[in-house]
Amino acid sequence: MARVVVDVMLKPEILDPQGKAVAGALPRLGFEGVSDVRQGKRFELEVDGEVTDERLEQLHEIAGTLLSNPVIEDYQVHVS
Amino acid sequence: MSLRIGVVTFPGSLDDVDARRAVEVAGHEAVALWHGDHDLRRVDAVVLPGGFSYGDYLRCGAISRFAPVMREVVAGAARGLPVLGICNGFQILCESHLLPGALVRNQAMRFVCRDQRLGIENAATAWTAAYQAGQEIVVPLKNGEGCYVADEHTLDELEGERRVVARYLEVNPNGSMRDIAGITNARGNVVGLMPHPEHAVEPGFGPGTDGLGFFTLVEALVG
Repeated sequence: MARVVVDVMLKPEILDPQGKAVAGALPRLGFEGVSDVRQGKRFELEVDGEVTDERLEQLHEIAGTLLSNPVIEDYQVHVS
Repeated sequence: MSLRIGVVTFPGSLDDVDARRAVEVAGHEAVALWHGDHDLRRVDAVVLPGGFSYGDYLRCGAISRFAPVMREVVAGAARGLPVLGICNGFQILCESHLLPGALVRNQAMRFVCRDQRLGIENAATAWTAAYQAGQEIVVPLKNGEGCYVADEHTLDELEGERRVVARYLEVNPNGSMRDIAGITNARGNVVGLMPHPEHAVEPGFGPGTDGLGFFTLVEALVG
């Protein structure tokens, strides 16, 4: 069994109002020095057996079709 | 002649009953379709209603896109079947790649509910033929993730091909690029609209009856 992590982030050019709201809250809590926050999603997938090249290709398909919307988001697949 | 217009109910749809009512007020037969259906029951057109299908989990419309009925809707759209997606339905159409771009969280981070003035810019689609290009209408708008985004190339293409169906007037309620409230595909049979015409079809309910025109499909433009 392998754990595969997929990180999904809004593309840099897409406005992230949630991240902006978090960034705006930091100074109010007394935390200084953080100039920007972007919020994303992390998926942890438990995969049966070895992560072969074929399986990795399938994982990219999962990440690119369901877990992210390529119009607004980028994804990264990490195999641990 | 009266048409058979299907309205899909997904788990979490909210405005399916209002949409069916609007279809009937417009003089057509409303056919209830279910997200798990594998056929469209010979309907002449399909409405994907507003709401929070599948709880808006993952992204709005992302899971609905893979509902069995959507396979039929996508195939139907390719044949020229008129499809109207309202609010969550618009999000589903974008996730299904029937329409370009995407809908993201409102710029001001707040759910917006208001009577919204719109300019109808394209009256040549199956769903807007009852209007005149340039006509102004007022219908309710209610969304949390209604900010329309697309890359500059796509936006220019939409404008160039007159595929912006409706634009927000006076106020841009959600930060949508170029004030876009609704768009259509190249063929003009698929329309996505963020505001809710189905809530403005009867006097005494909502801001007026300006929304009725979206449901008075005429036979000549269908199929």
